[in-house]
Amino acid sequence: MNKLDSSLKNMVLSLTGFSVLAGALLGLGNYVTKEPIARAQAKILSDAIAVVVPGFDNNPVESSEKVEMNGVTYTIYKATKAGESIGAAVESSVDGFGGKLTVLVGFDKDGNILDYSLLSHSETPGLGSKADGWFKKGAKGDIIGKNPGETPLTVSKDGGDVDAITASTITSRAFLAAVNNAYAAYKEKQTDAVSGATTKSGKKNE
Amino acid sequence: MNNFKVLMNGIVRENPTFVLLLGMCPTLGTTSSAINGMGMGLATMFVLICSNVVISSIKNLVPDMVRIPIFVVVIASFVSLLQMLMQAYTPDLYAKLGLFIPLIVVNCILLGRAEAFAAKNTPLPSFFDGLGMGLGFTIALTLLGGVREFLGTGKLFNIEIMPEQCGMLIFVLAPGAFIVLGFLIAIVNRLKKINS
Repeated sequence: MNKLDSSLKNMVLSLTGFSVLAGALLGLGNYVTKEPIARAQAKILSDAIAVVVPGFDNNPVESSEKVEMNGVTYTIYKATKAGESIGAAVESSVDGFGGKLTVLVGFDKDGNILDYSLLSHSETPGLGSKADGWFKKGAKGDIIGKNPGETPLTVSKDGGDVDAITASTITSRAFLAAVNNAYAAYKEKQTDAVSGATTKSGKKNE
Repeated sequence: MNNFKVLMNGIVRENPTFVLLLGMCPTLGTTSSAINGMGMGLATMFVLICSNVVISSIKNLVPDMVRIPIFVVVIASFVSLLQMLMQAYTPDLYAKLGLFIPLIVVNCILLGRAEAFAAKNTPLPSFFDGLGMGLGFTIALTLLGGVREFLGTGKLFNIEIMPEQCGMLIFVLAPGAFIVLGFLIAIVNRLKKINS
């Protein structure tokens, strides 16, 4: 077959034809992958929730609530077991060193930190990115089991009792601020709740 | 030129990274670890093979004066498809490379091979050219990522080889990419000189 010559008619036909074909192909691709993409994204979130507040038997993603404080929206995923509240996972984001830092923090019903998971960040690899393990149980900056309601978490440089990540004080401060904010959002939601039985003082009355 | 020669041409003689110095943006940006470099290389190889085969089979339907826009449409379609597929079926890899996948569109290796090879050859040799160039790119990126990961963190493919404290962090950061790439190109040039 001979090559088409570059007449106006040929060029318009060829360019239009290939663009329509490409469009149709992409439409098909989008149709096929839409559901798996939504499922993959939901799985990432529910996996993270299962890590930070273990032991629930409800679907926290379905019973999520949004709280707005100081212009920032926090998403709270409530975890219950046999109908009883066992805590919640709170999604909180702040500006870190290199951009937005989003962290999912798990609290038990008294507000003690159960665990956390770094959902997304753009901190420096090898420095600030260590935040995904630095504050875990047994690590240098262990915050697990602490209650930000009793003493707000601050790095030792600012007079607190949490060891900052070596050479990443800004990331550490941002991370702890995200945790403190998450706690505040969690408490805000709890006092809103009709029962009010899950606050610190109400624990004994249950 | 037989197909085997075409294949080896992409891997050694005209290696896109070490010899042609094409596609430097993903080369420097994604190679902070061996696995990232490999993922980026394989993703590029997939698009390169698809676009080479398609372009070589439609080359007679494409008038010369509009060939570049049509090649770009073909390449961009495959990149978008790849992005959707990765997001759906390999979300972990997508989380790491997501930012760089759309950049495959502007990777000059793809348009370069479309122009220099696929537009002049039949689909089968074009397939081998895509495979060879893709493998060359993948090997180069994996090597670069591996060296940077080892010197920077003491690990290789996430397996600890020496304690992390011995790592020189600069190799994981941007300057390390330039330093390692420079040394690798020098080594490749030296080896080529010995062989010829």
